[in-house]
Amino acid sequence: MSASADQEGGGLGIDPMHQFEVHTIIDINIAGINASFTNASLWMVIAAASIVALTVFAMGGRAMVPGRWQSVAEMSYEFVANMVRDNVGTAGQAYFPFIFTLFMFVLFSNMLGMIPYSFTTTSHIIVTFALAMFIFVAVTVLGFVKHGAHYLSLFVPKGLPAVLLPLIVVIEVISYLSRPISLSVRLFANMMAGHTMLKVFAGFVIGFIGAGGAYIGLAALPLAFMVAFTGLEILVAFLQAYVFAILTCIYLNDALHLH
Amino acid sequence: MPQLDFATFAPQLIWLTLVFGVLYLIMARVALPRIATVIEERRDRIADDLDTANQLKRETEDAIASYEAALLQARAKAHTIAQETRDRLTAKTDAHRANLEGQLATRIKEAETRIKATKDAALLNVRDVAVDVADTIARQLIGESDPAAAARAVDSELA
Repeated sequence: MSASADQEGGGLGIDPMHQFEVHTIIDINIAGINASFTNASLWMVIAAASIVALTVFAMGGRAMVPGRWQSVAEMSYEFVANMVRDNVGTAGQAYFPFIFTLFMFVLFSNMLGMIPYSFTTTSHIIVTFALAMFIFVAVTVLGFVKHGAHYLSLFVPKGLPAVLLPLIVVIEVISYLSRPISLSVRLFANMMAGHTMLKVFAGFVIGFIGAGGAYIGLAALPLAFMVAFTGLEILVAFLQAYVFAILTCIYLNDALHLH
Repeated sequence: MPQLDFATFAPQLIWLTLVFGVLYLIMARVALPRIATVIEERRDRIADDLDTANQLKRETEDAIASYEAALLQARAKAHTIAQETRDRLTAKTDAHRANLEGQLATRIKEAETRIKATKDAALLNVRDVAVDVADTIARQLIGESDPAAAARAVDSELA
């Protein structure tokens, strides 16, 4: 795909991957490392600012009877608090701020990505992988700190016949090590696939209209599909944030309460 | 695929760390404690209000109970007063009636005495008249007068 084809956008020639391109806004270089402020950085900041606006400024009134925005902030709090309590128990209270930040950051990144011409930070594998890897390393370190070498018993399910032991332990170790990959790829792939699909069908709409004549009527079909798919994508945006947060809770529970 | 452009990895990681770190600090230090305080205050307030409501309800029940006791007492008192009044009035009426009856009895007795005296006097007059009439009739019929015999005959008839 040439750069000119990306930019031209003539009918079906639209590059559905163009929306994922990172471009520098402010060039920053620290000790030879590229730390430029890009459109990805911009939308991370917008997501964080929106979360702060919701949880700090909407709560500014601290009203006894909450208004609309304060209710949303309190509901988010209760939602994540219940998630942590149900999946990790009282021992998870210390990690509640992290889970909350994680859930809100992923949710807002996904949701803001639904705005046309915006950038979806969670559609980049490096971002989701960094989050997942941080969780994986932190949970593993926590597990060994809490339980020492005993944490390795996580790989040995109880009541297992000795014959199956080598096989199952290998499977358990592989499944444990693939946690950061599955966690990050799930989110990244969902976001990328959804946005690409929307772009492809948007390309169809423009292509049909561009073709003129009887084809203009046909443009209604991909447009109707896009409308329905946008609804589904909003659901997926929420669901993936929820899945990301709840899996983190489950991993954390494994580390805190060895079975 | 722009996602595999390794040149963008460093700035994305740096900004992710920075933004996420700052966001975590704001959430952990400012936002979440504030929300927790508000929710807790509301929970306390609701519990307090419920307590107050329960206390007020208990007070109301006490007030109703004491009111009913007072009502019962007042009713008993009213009953006593009515009874006393009725008794007093009855006694007074009885006394009055007895008095009246006594007076009437006296007057009846006097009247009877008077009637008897009058009757006796009348009867005496009747005898004299009868003696006179008998004497006159006898003189007219037989031409002779004997007042003493007439008096005897009248007396024997009257006896």
